[in-house]
Amino acid sequence: MGVTSEHISKQFEADLDTTRTRVLQMGGLVEAQILAAIDAYATGSAELVEQVIESDRRVNGYEVAIDSACNHIVVKRQPAASDLRLIMAISKIVTDLERMGDEAEKIARMARSIHEGGAGLAQRFPGIRHAAQIAVRMLRQALDAFARQDAALAADVVKEDRALDDEFRSVLRQLITFMMEDPRTISPALDIVWVAKAIERIGDHAKNLAEQVIYIVMGTDVRHTSFADIEREVGKG
Amino acid sequence: MKAEARSLSFYYGDFRALNKLDLAVHEHRVTALIGPSGCGKSTFLRCFNRMHDLYPGNRYEGEIRLHPDNTNLLAPTVDPIEVRMRLSMVFQKANPFPKSIFENVAYGLRVRGERSRRALEDKVEAALRSAALWEEVKDRLEDLAFNLSGGQQQRLCIARALATDPELLLFDEPTSALDPIATASIEELITELKARVTILIVTHNMQQAARVSDYTAYMYLGELIEFGRTDELFIRPRHKQTEDYITGRFG
Repeated sequence: MGVTSEHISKQFEADLDTTRTRVLQMGGLVEAQILAAIDAYATGSAELVEQVIESDRRVNGYEVAIDSACNHIVVKRQPAASDLRLIMAISKIVTDLERMGDEAEKIARMARSIHEGGAGLAQRFPGIRHAAQIAVRMLRQALDAFARQDAALAADVVKEDRALDDEFRSVLRQLITFMMEDPRTISPALDIVWVAKAIERIGDHAKNLAEQVIYIVMGTDVRHTSFADIEREVGKG
Repeated sequence: MKAEARSLSFYYGDFRALNKLDLAVHEHRVTALIGPSGCGKSTFLRCFNRMHDLYPGNRYEGEIRLHPDNTNLLAPTVDPIEVRMRLSMVFQKANPFPKSIFENVAYGLRVRGERSRRALEDKVEAALRSAALWEEVKDRLEDLAFNLSGGQQQRLCIARALATDPELLLFDEPTSALDPIATASIEELITELKARVTILIVTHNMQQAARVSDYTAYMYLGELIEFGRTDELFIRPRHKQTEDYITGRFG
């Protein structure tokens, strides 16, 4: 159901708009954070590592502020229907975004440790970069779907999570082979496993975000359902 | 199911206020009628107890069936007085009779022919208890009803409605003239009463509909736009008009 008309209360309309905008700002910040973390992984730039860790504080600030805004809207407006779904979903979305920020921070810290142990190893796993690209694209699409209330686009994000999981498994296989060939690399290779896992988690959170968008738009809770069911649901709209 | 409107239309003279409504009223459940002013929700409620009969030019089409006997309340052969024995109405503003508290509640019973003082006392007490008013008035039953507070007067009207043991209780915005505390006690009462009586309530307050009702019907311009389980309707309405109304948007 497309909701185009505005609320009679201009203040309510403005409060919802502001909250929605803040979610997108927070999402943009997290996206930049992930990109910086991946760059830090590739280059070992200490400056980038610090930047990622520093921006995590801002991400946390957004989470608290947006949650508080949601509480205010609930208590002042008693939102119903799509407004209610939007507020409930936002309060979950910010948790996912915040966790993505934590994963980015994890990647940055791992990058530091990997490069301290001698550069070179990181460049040998192009699969990591590829996985990171998929994860960032998923986040971007999920945020776009949120901004445009586009359930079909959100469903694409859910679908893409499988590709990311495949990529993760493939990186893992490469790393295992690598470790078997030369046990001296086990320690740095394990760090890279953590990076890959963090990227895979970012994809999971992007998928959660996309599922919340489907809930906002369609009113159907598609968490823990098969992709075929999600496609059927979204196809109805 | 306790009652059922089937293709119900209603005319004030030439003006059609209700257009072919179909609505099921589930037994021992609270059904709320919501919609903007003039949508016909009060008109609909008043069809049930044939209040429109009092004015010339009013006309019903279709039927309202009361179960289990499947009586059509609107049938010309059915006496409106008999209909009102089976269902009671509580209005927006408390309207006690200019009589004592006791006599207000006993009134319907006396009309029914109850003569025994003992039976009257028992039934009045039971009704006042059901309306959660007994403890507050048991020592002043002979006081004039007007001496009660607004919320108490409304509960007295509910006691009066309950005294005759109706099958269906009709509420027409019963709390719109009450403060929040009195409103909460009436809402609590409605929730308790549904164990013994089926309730149909018209309300302008959407949060009230969400709080007290099991089913909600959204009406607009004399039509029933959407009917469904209250929690469903307030979280995921199927029609855009319903969505716009309950979220406070321009239609």
